[in-house]
Amino acid sequence: MAVSDSKAAERVLDVSADRRQARDRAAGYLLRRHHFQWPEALPWIVAIAAFFLFPDRMTFGSQVLVMIMFALSLDLILGYAGIVTLGHAAFFGIGAYTVGLGAARLGWTEPVSGLFAAAIVSAFVGFITGWFLLRYRGLTLLMLTLATAIMLQETGNLRSDFSGGYDGLPGLEFKPLLGLFDYDLYGHTYYLYALAVLAVVFFFVRRIVYSPFGQALTGIRENVKRMHAIGSPVHRRLVTVYSIAAGIAGIAGALFTQTNAYVTLTVFDFDNSAKVMVMLILGGTGRLYGAFLGAAVYMVLEDHLSKLSPTFWQFGIGLLLVLAVLFARRGVLGLFEDAGQYLKRFRS
Amino acid sequence: MAEALAERALELDKVSAGYGETVVLEDIRLALDVGETLSIIGRNGVGKSTLLATIMGHTQLHGGRVALHGKDISKLATYARVKAGLGYVPQEREIFPSLSVRENMEVAARPGVWTFDAVCELFPRLAERANNSGNQLSGGEQQMLAIGRALVGNPTVLLMDEPSEGLAPVIVEELARAVKRLTQAGGLAMILVEQNTRLALDIAPRAVVMDRGRIVFDGKSETLRNDPAKLEQLIGVVKA
Repeated sequence: MAVSDSKAAERVLDVSADRRQARDRAAGYLLRRHHFQWPEALPWIVAIAAFFLFPDRMTFGSQVLVMIMFALSLDLILGYAGIVTLGHAAFFGIGAYTVGLGAARLGWTEPVSGLFAAAIVSAFVGFITGWFLLRYRGLTLLMLTLATAIMLQETGNLRSDFSGGYDGLPGLEFKPLLGLFDYDLYGHTYYLYALAVLAVVFFFVRRIVYSPFGQALTGIRENVKRMHAIGSPVHRRLVTVYSIAAGIAGIAGALFTQTNAYVTLTVFDFDNSAKVMVMLILGGTGRLYGAFLGAAVYMVLEDHLSKLSPTFWQFGIGLLLVLAVLFARRGVLGLFEDAGQYLKRFRS
Repeated sequence: MAEALAERALELDKVSAGYGETVVLEDIRLALDVGETLSIIGRNGVGKSTLLATIMGHTQLHGGRVALHGKDISKLATYARVKAGLGYVPQEREIFPSLSVRENMEVAARPGVWTFDAVCELFPRLAERANNSGNQLSGGEQQMLAIGRALVGNPTVLLMDEPSEGLAPVIVEELARAVKRLTQAGGLAMILVEQNTRLALDIAPRAVVMDRGRIVFDGKSETLRNDPAKLEQLIGVVKA
């Protein structure tokens, strides 16, 4: 009996070692295949160049970086896993309010630990809601995600004594970054802070996307029935990525609160969910850098058009979206890819 | 008796199944031994693909049980059946278009003798196309990939739904050679659903004929090959 037990234990160890080996081999292959290429440095060079070229627009720059991060989190679930949601602002809002309430009610003003707290709380809410909602797809899922964001917003409104309601929590103050760097009027510290956080988040997301888990997400997006039939635990994987994306959206929300020094319940608005989706579609879904391009183009256009026409600026955004849907279905990044392919063919 | 059970890879006992309320399969009794290969033939719409779909858990089971290596899997979700040892090559191939050939396999890989390299030995063409996306493959290459993707899951029972459908004769021959190698390798039990009767009878030593959701013949392929009249009577095909 003891001999058969030890043999069984050896077999279990062998299988788990084989499994680990197979996973490592697949992960190694994917990392080699999708290694970092020099053109990928371009957005980071642009971001650093912007710091020196537009030193008095760093507050706006921080907002662009926050929205890039928010769009990146949506790309993970929409672009890679194919989860269509109209309530992603829920997690942005939870992150924003975790930091806001922490600072206003608990005196928790240390910024970096605030980001961690926002990520954990948002990911937890993402896990709970995702567990139930991701059993549905299509229109049902759209409505349920939208309803989740609205319910969270109204819960905040109901407890306006605590959340500040639609007046929000103004005048928040945070400790200097890492206890060393204080915040200046033009937002230089916040810009570099947001850029550093975005870099960490981006490389984390990139690692996920080009891992066996990321490939499984692509498989789920392209053919969910087939993923079931090759033995993939689809629901578990969807809930996992939904929680991760919620955590990242929470970090973006927390950065939003920290850089603005205030937060109101409008962060939960449907507008916010729709805006980030428009950014992603504009840039190109399922491409990582589509979030960078889409958020930057949208934010710069919004900034310029609203100065041009404070009442009708959204017409310009709408027109751009119509043009993108008609002529650039894979977003602006897709246009660049097509141009690259054309040049390659032309040369050969 | 216990030995016989252990040797049995797959068993369907009085299975009735279909789509929603509609019953397509009735009273199916089928047993497949470890390492055995059988083909399922029959006219269009008699329930051959539905039988495979039922084993995979894609249909509504109205009665009976499906057992894999003696364990009842009737109530398991599809992905759990695959974990338990089933492999499935669907009729439509359903390759992930944006994943490369290798990624298509890595996403389904489980520990065992079948690895990417082992599949490439079986289908050398896949090694040449390892970095190509799924949507850049020909129909034949997609079929090879679909079989390879099922194999790297290291199943003990492999279900193949019309692998030769829509392929050029030369590709069908290449696939047939590969499938024969699989049957000769031993250990892997296979069910091959095929419209190409000659191919099916040539590959599998045992044949099952279905008609209107029921099994009407279960015996040696040789019997049908040598008796065209019987084959014609069963499925309306003279040539075997």
